[in-house]
Amino acid sequence: MAEPVARLQMRGVSKAFGATLALDAVDLAVNRGEVCALVGQNGAGKSTLMAILAGATKPDAGSMRLDGTPYAPRDPLAARHAGVAMIHQELSLAPHLTVMENIVLGVEPTRGPLGIVDRDRMRQTAAGALAELGHADIAPDATVSTLSPAAQQLVEIARAFAIGCRVLVLDEPTSCLTHADVRTLFDLINRLKAQQIAVVYISHFIEEVKQISDRVVVLRDGRQAGEGRTREMPSEAIVSLMVGRSVEDLYPRRQRRSGDAILAVDALQPGDATFALHRGEVLGIAGLVGAGRTRLLRTIFGLAPVRGGRIRVAAFTGPAPPHARWQQGVGLLSEDRAGEGLARSLSVGDNITLSHLAPFGSRGLVFPSRQRAAATRWIERLDIRCADARQAVAELSGGNQQKVAVGRLLHHDVDVLILDEPTKGIDVASKAEIYRLIDEMVGAGKAVLLVSSYFPELLGVCDRIAVMARGRLGPPRDVAEWNEHSLLMEASGARAS
Amino acid sequence: MERALVVDGSVGRPRVVATRRRLLDETGVLIGLAVVLGLFGALIGPQFFRAANLELVARQTVIVCVAALGMTMVIVSGGIDLSVGSVVALSTVVTAVLLREHGPAVAAIGALASGAACGLVNGLLITQLRVVPFIVTLGTMLLVRGAAKGLADERRIEAPITWLNTLLRTVRDGSGVLLPTGIWITVALAILVALVLRYTRFGRHLFAIGSSERTARLCGVRIDRTRAAVYTIAGAFAALAGVMEFSKLSVGDPTVSIGLELDVIAAVIIGGGSLAGGKGSVTGTIAGAAIMAVIQIGCSQQGLPNWVQQIVTGSIIVGAVALDRLRS
Repeated sequence: MAEPVARLQMRGVSKAFGATLALDAVDLAVNRGEVCALVGQNGAGKSTLMAILAGATKPDAGSMRLDGTPYAPRDPLAARHAGVAMIHQELSLAPHLTVMENIVLGVEPTRGPLGIVDRDRMRQTAAGALAELGHADIAPDATVSTLSPAAQQLVEIARAFAIGCRVLVLDEPTSCLTHADVRTLFDLINRLKAQQIAVVYISHFIEEVKQISDRVVVLRDGRQAGEGRTREMPSEAIVSLMVGRSVEDLYPRRQRRSGDAILAVDALQPGDATFALHRGEVLGIAGLVGAGRTRLLRTIFGLAPVRGGRIRVAAFTGPAPPHARWQQGVGLLSEDRAGEGLARSLSVGDNITLSHLAPFGSRGLVFPSRQRAAATRWIERLDIRCADARQAVAELSGGNQQKVAVGRLLHHDVDVLILDEPTKGIDVASKAEIYRLIDEMVGAGKAVLLVSSYFPELLGVCDRIAVMARGRLGPPRDVAEWNEHSLLMEASGARAS
Repeated sequence: MERALVVDGSVGRPRVVATRRRLLDETGVLIGLAVVLGLFGALIGPQFFRAANLELVARQTVIVCVAALGMTMVIVSGGIDLSVGSVVALSTVVTAVLLREHGPAVAAIGALASGAACGLVNGLLITQLRVVPFIVTLGTMLLVRGAAKGLADERRIEAPITWLNTLLRTVRDGSGVLLPTGIWITVALAILVALVLRYTRFGRHLFAIGSSERTARLCGVRIDRTRAAVYTIAGAFAALAGVMEFSKLSVGDPTVSIGLELDVIAAVIIGGGSLAGGKGSVTGTIAGAAIMAVIQIGCSQQGLPNWVQQIVTGSIIVGAVALDRLRS
């Protein structure tokens, strides 16, 4: 028994939902002080595996051990007490409570038989946990909603520490963080490693996985598709394992011919933007979260007020509300898929066709059969996985939901596609599908205005890129003149332009 | 074939769930109606199902039904209209006032116009001042009630007898074909509203606004215009309910129908409408109104006191919504 016992050992874990086998005898072992990246596409089984680990779901078969002792949590609270903590993409903090109240939530220290909360001990526990993370700078008395997303995430991690943490699961922890915050988070993860904590790191970003993890485990279709030391696995190999095929042509690019300027803005406020978007090209807008890119797109589309400058769409000059923009042949894909992009309780068919019901009957009539037929065509064309056009869109996976949102622009047959973070939070195969569609659209003479925080994507898809920093848009330049480094320099304002 | 590698956990199970839920939506409230009918049929005996008795149920529910048709559209769009009862009262007063100098057709049209105007005011206040519908219509509930009392000088207004008074008279008195005319009007309007909700752009836009206003805006739905229209229509429907109320009372009464809006909202909610918007159907609403009328008439024919009837109706409202929560 000289072999050290793994901190976390999951063996032969299986789970079926109805006829779908979500997990098929998956093994996962994480040692003390090791960062294990768990990657896979949406639906590969990552969330189910982690839900089992966190006690939210019971496995059908398989066993789990923590430091060699059998571990079978009854519920998430039991898992927390056993030292398994999960930090989700969407934070689960009570925004109106203070930092320390959040940290001890559910395990408040009390005094006396009446269970009166002991605020002094509460503060000590909270401050201790924050100090352990190296972030004594966060005040225990601050209200959580006043903190930045990065600080909120730290509070959530501190909560895991207050109760004693052996295994920390981070699910897409960087999706709402800026570059600087990501670096801080990685420093923290390295410190956790030194404290012998086992970290499971889930991410869509291969670059991050390469940077932070010691080992990579790839899930595909509910099975372990492969694993290895991160150092010995090139990014291409990881992606190939995730997709089950090679992804050399992730960014297809046919010969592009740029035509007339179809969208032109001149000194547009807010955003201080001047550019012309031509038919047959993809113009990218790079920048960090909060740089004002979304607001610029919304101003162009009429969802936010124009404060100055000029907009021209084809022959139409001046600001216009969204319904007029659609009539002019402009469509917007919202970055907020759940809150704005899709009406979640409506069906797939309704969501695809909502902006353009005119073809389904004259004089304001809509014949559902024609509507459904049109929607079904897009469902097939875009390979949207759903029962039928009548299924509620909320029941689809993220990638399929996004295809529904993109399907709306295609159904409307717009000439200008304004895409705000079109691949946010979706799996690699759906991403590839969306890149292919963008290429097809510009090939057909349409124009695409693309906002993305993911630089490789912009460099892969765009013809020209402009960078937005601190609410100002720089001049667009040919994609050949950019690389990830220069984009980041410009976006973070490191270089004055 | 390569794409088939992407396993999507959301395919297998939800298909079954979705179909089952759709079935429940459509039939749940109808089953409820059948249960209530069966219950009172068993308690009272076969005479409960005699044509005359069923006609009584229909006449009893028709006023709530007409107002609830407008309310269904409002609730589908994610709104609410608390001014319904007041608009009904105003409509009876306007009808009576106009009848003194004009014919019944002018009186009815004038009443409908007054209701539509109230609805338009609701819609404009909601869309232009950006105040939530609950507050706006809470205000106009008092405003319109006050206006009705002022117009009637706080008295009941006598009016000459015309054909308007026969709208809800039972067929045994020789009015209407098979059923009273008012019931036929309601049936026609119910079919019309059901068709509008399902087969028109306006109807689809109501569902979209109720489901997610931001999405509707993004998709170019003219939200303000649609909203103003739906409140105007709801106002006109409430006024038509008022004309029917007048037909029953044969006077204009500014104090009538206090609290009617709650019965109307209850009918929509029992029928599967959601106050969060995006859900609701005409079939459900009519069945919801019928359930309440059956309970009311059944209880009184069984000799049960009013308080029993209120407890039963209250339980059904809470039960219907709880059931709705369970299945979603």
